[in-house]
Amino acid sequence: MLNVNNILETINMIENENLDIRTITMGISLLDCIDPSIDIACQKVYDKICKKAENLVSVCDEISSRYGIPIINKRISVTPISIISSCTGQNPIKFAYALEKAANTCGVNFIGGYSALVQKGFSVGDKELIESIPYALAKTNCICSSVNVGSTKTGINMDAVSLMGKIIKQTAEMTADKDCIGAAKLVVFCNAPEDNPFMAGAFHGTGEADCIINVGVSGPGVVRAAIEKYPTANITEIAEIIKKTAFKITRAGMLVGTEASEKLNIPFGIVDLSLAPTPAIGDSVAHILEEIGLEQCGCPGTTATLAMLNDAVKKGGVMASSKVGGLSGAFIPVTEDAGMIDAARSGSLCIEKLEAMTAVCSVGLDMIVIPGDCSPETISAIIADEAAIGMVNSKTTAVRLIPAIGKKPGDELEFGGLLGSGPILNVKKGSPAKFISRGGIIPAPIQSLKN
Amino acid sequence: MRAVITVIGKDKVGVLAKISTVCENYNVNVLEVSQSIMQELFAMIMLVDIDKLNANLQIFTKKLEDVSAQIGMKIHVMHEDIFNAMHKI
Repeated sequence: MLNVNNILETINMIENENLDIRTITMGISLLDCIDPSIDIACQKVYDKICKKAENLVSVCDEISSRYGIPIINKRISVTPISIISSCTGQNPIKFAYALEKAANTCGVNFIGGYSALVQKGFSVGDKELIESIPYALAKTNCICSSVNVGSTKTGINMDAVSLMGKIIKQTAEMTADKDCIGAAKLVVFCNAPEDNPFMAGAFHGTGEADCIINVGVSGPGVVRAAIEKYPTANITEIAEIIKKTAFKITRAGMLVGTEASEKLNIPFGIVDLSLAPTPAIGDSVAHILEEIGLEQCGCPGTTATLAMLNDAVKKGGVMASSKVGGLSGAFIPVTEDAGMIDAARSGSLCIEKLEAMTAVCSVGLDMIVIPGDCSPETISAIIADEAAIGMVNSKTTAVRLIPAIGKKPGDELEFGGLLGSGPILNVKKGSPAKFISRGGIIPAPIQSLKN
Repeated sequence: MRAVITVIGKDKVGVLAKISTVCENYNVNVLEVSQSIMQELFAMIMLVDIDKLNANLQIFTKKLEDVSAQIGMKIHVMHEDIFNAMHKI
């Protein structure tokens, strides 16, 4: 007989602590869909996605039922569309429609990869794709878009940073009637991973196999509940508790991912060792930090606590999986985390503190609502700051800002679902316009020269 | 292939009988039964063999959920591998 305590612990995690598999994301290469005719290319894209992901949702549902663990999202990531569209020489918007149609046919909730990689410069088709992003995100529901503007190896493309400030603003403006939701599906990266299963930044890198299954796990509620049982433990002991819990969560992800890979006959890619919050009560990363001993997320001590949490999650997770990748770490998306939303409302959490936190955890300034009158240059400068942290520290950083067009201070944006809601965070005055208008490239840092 | 059926709720007469009857109807052999307390609730845990299950696992699970709901209890049917994966190195 199995250990009764282990059985009840697992059931308690699922039933009361929101343990779930956050996403199973199928990565599909579209390199073989390239065609000089945009209509033929779009048809090939639609056909390939539908063929590969035909059974994705049904297989995930079957596995979910078999193991009794919810699989929340089924998603698809594809080769960055700028690569596929470049040889057509036309506006890539038709690809957005083809992706949306394929996503609807397959029954997935998001498809990522309306993307361009421009960390060292724009190649043919990159600018066209980036400029089409606001329209593409306004006219579709399940497309996610990302642009990589920098890396440790190449430095930061400031021309792209400058352009993205305008694009984010435009994207929010074009979806202003829907609480600017377009901008919630657009992420600007430094050091973007090629195997990330999480939206909005998922795309299928060109170094990946033709088709793979990546898994993103979750479980902030499980970690918080585990810590709650040890109110007098010291931080070393807390780190151990987090490691053990992360191990269990990741093993569930590994099991589900391996099974999906076998049933779909598609190679298994990676498990993303993540702590991904949702706006649901009991599924918050901020509440873990508060359980450890902070009065509210954002107060002094937040960065140190988060650094320990992030490290422990990775140490526990890496032991549990033979293939690790993606973003791997604790996420701090403000509008998607009940504790972060409260901290932002009370004024405990500000953009500057969030920026510091991004230096020690996964991803970056994620799902942050900023004033609608922020200039594109200010948005670009925030992107540059965040990309610099990623570049210098050889880690992924990302920026997903939502300018609240037409809203007043004190208003909130409401996206619904996993994207959540949140108040407008203040952005410091003082114009970075001249810095941004200079353009050029921030040269790669000395730590890029490792050979 | 073995699955673990866990029934959680306020203890009452006939829980084991009702769940076992569903198992019999679906040709599921009960291998072991034990019970415990989880957060002051009664928890019955059954290890069953589902190799000769005469229906889809999802249908069997749905039937068990319906029966449990009638007696005000919560049921989980999970393949044993998830417990092995999560709790053994």
